[in-house]
Amino acid sequence: MSNPNQAMVEKYRSNFLKEVEANVEEGHWVKMCMQCGVCSGSCPLGPHWEHPPQEIFMMIRAGKREEVLGSSSMWMCTSCYNCIARCPRGLPITHIMHGLATYAKRLGLQPKTQPTAKFSQLFWSNLTKTGRVNELKLGLSLYFMNGFANGIKTALKMQDVGLGMYKTGRLNPLEILGGHSIKDTGGLQKMLKKAFEIEEAKIAEYKG
Amino acid sequence: MADMKIGAYICQGCGIGDRLDTAQLANVAKREGKAAVAKEHEFLCNAEGVKMIQDDIDNDGVNHVVIAACSRRAKTDAFSFEGVTLSRANLREGVIWVRPDTDEARETTQEMGDDYVRMACAESKYMKMPAASGEQGLLRHLLVVGGGIAGMTAALEAAKTGYTVDLVEKSGKLGGVAGEMYKKYPAKAPYDVLADNTTGEMIAAVEGNSAITVHLNTTVASTDGAPGRFSVTLATESGSSNDITVGAIIQATGFHPYDIAKLPELGGGKSPDVMDQLAFEKMVKANGGAIKKADGSDARNVVFVQCAGQRSDTEGHLPYCSGHCCMTSIKQARYVKDAGGDATVIFDDLRTPGADGEDVYRGGQEAGVAFSKGTVKGVEAAGSGLKVSYNDKILADDTTIDADIVVLATGMVPASGPNPYIAQDIEAAEKDGNADLTAKLKAEQEAPVTSILNLQYRQGTDVPHLKNGFTDSHFICFPYETRRTGIYTAGPVRRPMDAHQAIEDATGAALKAIQSCENAALGRAAHPRSGDLSFPTFRVEGCTQCKRCTVECPFGAINEDEKGYPQYNEARCRRCGTCMGACPVRVISFENYSVETVGQQLKAVDMPDEFSEKPRLLVLACENDAYPALDMAGMTHQEYSAYARIIPVRCLGSVNTIWITDALNSGYDGVMLMGCQKGDNYQCHFVKGSEMAHYRMSKIDDTLTQLNLEKERVQTYEVSITDIQRIPQIINDMEKLIGEIGMSPFKF
Ligand code: SF4
Ligand code: SF4
Ligand code: SF4
Repeated sequence: MSNPNQAMVEKYRSNFLKEVEANVEEGHWVKMCMQCGVCSGSCPLGPHWEHPPQEIFMMIRAGKREEVLGSSSMWMCTSCYNCIARCPRGLPITHIMHGLATYAKRLGLQPKTQPTAKFSQLFWSNLTKTGRVNELKLGLSLYFMNGFANGIKTALKMQDVGLGMYKTGRLNPLEILGGHSIKDTGGLQKMLKKAFEIEEAKIAEYKG
Repeated sequence: MADMKIGAYICQGCGIGDRLDTAQLANVAKREGKAAVAKEHEFLCNAEGVKMIQDDIDNDGVNHVVIAACSRRAKTDAFSFEGVTLSRANLREGVIWVRPDTDEARETTQEMGDDYVRMACAESKYMKMPAASGEQGLLRHLLVVGGGIAGMTAALEAAKTGYTVDLVEKSGKLGGVAGEMYKKYPAKAPYDVLADNTTGEMIAAVEGNSAITVHLNTTVASTDGAPGRFSVTLATESGSSNDITVGAIIQATGFHPYDIAKLPELGGGKSPDVMDQLAFEKMVKANGGAIKKADGSDARNVVFVQCAGQRSDTEGHLPYCSGHCCMTSIKQARYVKDAGGDATVIFDDLRTPGADGEDVYRGGQEAGVAFSKGTVKGVEAAGSGLKVSYNDKILADDTTIDADIVVLATGMVPASGPNPYIAQDIEAAEKDGNADLTAKLKAEQEAPVTSILNLQYRQGTDVPHLKNGFTDSHFICFPYETRRTGIYTAGPVRRPMDAHQAIEDATGAALKAIQSCENAALGRAAHPRSGDLSFPTFRVEGCTQCKRCTVECPFGAINEDEKGYPQYNEARCRRCGTCMGACPVRVISFENYSVETVGQQLKAVDMPDEFSEKPRLLVLACENDAYPALDMAGMTHQEYSAYARIIPVRCLGSVNTIWITDALNSGYDGVMLMGCQKGDNYQCHFVKGSEMAHYRMSKIDDTLTQLNLEKERVQTYEVSITDIQRIPQIINDMEKLIGEIGMSPFKF
């Protein structure tokens, strides 16, 4: 497989930081990290991260492009904002994490089996189809995210919850037929397509 | 002076009257203390009480005043009388506040009070009025050695106060290291920018100041005398010399950069493109901001290696942090960014102290300087450039980075003169069996270091070092002070620091030097006994010329005359009494503090017999820390043994072993000495006093064996002013110990 990122890898071999500054939301903050480690120590999920935030920032500065963008780390962030509240340098760490995840996704470098990454894609596809979130379909696709057998198992387990939601009018089984949508679905699609083109053009030079 | 007439005044205020029988105290003063007048007063420190005393002095011929009231540290303004000696019996902090108010305790509490009155009267009897020696003269003129930023600041600050200054600089120009800077950090916020070097303006101000005489290419050939009357010979390169007289001296000789040739593993001395910070600074300045390699080509990548050969226990490295180097590297990295290059700072701990430090760091980061936490393993040539290999400590990675120039952030080596105590230190190290230290000191002794001040003191040519060659003294209480009175150090010769700190430091030193001149003019001691007029004298007939006093004086105050007798220099003396404690034949004394004033106090204590179950504990407490802590124990109502009798001493160093022998012979069951922390991190206000006392007391065992007494009866403690609970505890422990080993058989 030819690597579409090859050219960019060359270009930024010594300067991944600049790439992050140019493309990642709040990326210009990365250079301000003073490596105190408070964020890593504050993150409730910290011990489960492949590379906690402090390390991610150092890796960016050390030019470790593939390791950072391919890492599952940023996808672990639950947006609890603990790190932001505590960072003595005032880095918007949460936002940078989401920014890095988004950028990795756009380049197609995100880890392929990371559940948060997968769910995000499901959510996006679900939403953009009709302009409204189809909760029934989203729920089901979430159940079946990890294969058919798993999906059945989860669905059975969640039966009671689903029933309860139905009874209280929180879930319409007819949604399975397509569900309600916004008035101008086509217009939305066009808008999104345009936005995507603009974004792509922006990062085209980084895609090499 | 007319005949001695003791007036004893006993206060009944602050609860003293309720807890003690003051009529009995007055009786004790009269009968045993031989006070001609003994009066009680219900509120002695009020205007009426003070007037009562003053009237007796004025009309009744009282010339030795004994105040039995609160601690000698309290109400000093009220109880200050001209022309009389003053003794204080501490009945408040020292008696009623440390004893329970119970019927059972009443008797022993009264005994404490009685004894303190006896002691104060005994002291009074042996005190004389101190008077200045007549050696004094007022000379508002300073010598500043070193024409760098610290020296120039000191000269300018002194000139502002009306003093005149001789400023001596070894090289051909003023400015020192600060003058070599391309840019500097601003003196005021915002600190995240770089400012122009303003040293030139300072040089112009010095040169244009009529109160300052600048001597370039000049060194100090000889310094003799004492504060208020130092006679100094200046020698110029051309061979001419010049004699001046100054009141005080400021040594601001700065530092040398650590020699990078000692760091070959970091490329030091191997490539012209590996340099120290000063060399880098000079290069950038010479190129007007362009960053150029030795071959003249532009340098694109510069790597800064922090803590090069410092903060390291490797042999030959500097063990300390030089304080400024992180900030300096950040500044220099910004030169590189400004010139369009890339700069990486490899650090282990980045230290940017001070209010400005954080802004400086941020400023560097904003400017795009890369910071990497790691340990540099080596710097080698690679092609036309350099390769730095290091361990990235965050990523736990061994990695390399290419560089055109590598700057080693090496440390500051103080530009001090030879250590006058090197021979003594070697002897001590040998005695301790510390071979490493001995070898190190011997190497230091052999390395030729030129003297800076050429002091004509018996104790050596230069100011003593504290640690690592820095000429500091009491780093907490008395910055700028050295152990040579009237000589102050400022700037990096005192401790590592940056230019801003050196300016502050020099300002402080200038003020201390001025204070020293003014004190010397009045015959008064410098800190910590500032204002003290007493000074030591010795009885020449008794002196055996053993020279202990001249050696042990921590301040080099005593020279030797042609006949080999000690020669005191009053203005150099800090009045610690270490010489008095040292003298084996006890011929040294102060007018108001002597072997007798303390010896008679301890003998005046009433000694109950062996079977009374009332032991007596003598506590000799340093007046600087131990005694205040005891007072505070009283203020916070900590109880301690009613058998303790506490005598404040100027410094534990002033304790003469005769006091211990006398105490044991007169029946004390235990003797406790309390002084400040000694050793490398000493807290002793007289630097070596506590150490000397500990050393002398280690020899007291012989005396105890001769008397057939247990050696636990005499103990020496290092205490601090905060030991408010610990000190009462150790006194109580001593009482318990005496209970276990039994009473002394020497009670008569
Ligand atoms: S808390 Fe802030 S400064 Fe500290 S390591 Fe994390 S991001 Fe960096
Ligand atoms: S030992 Fe102390 S009191 Fe004696 S001369 Fe030296 S400084 Fe003065
Ligand atoms: S310590 Fe006493 S005996 Fe010895 S030289 Fe000094 S004054 Fe003389």
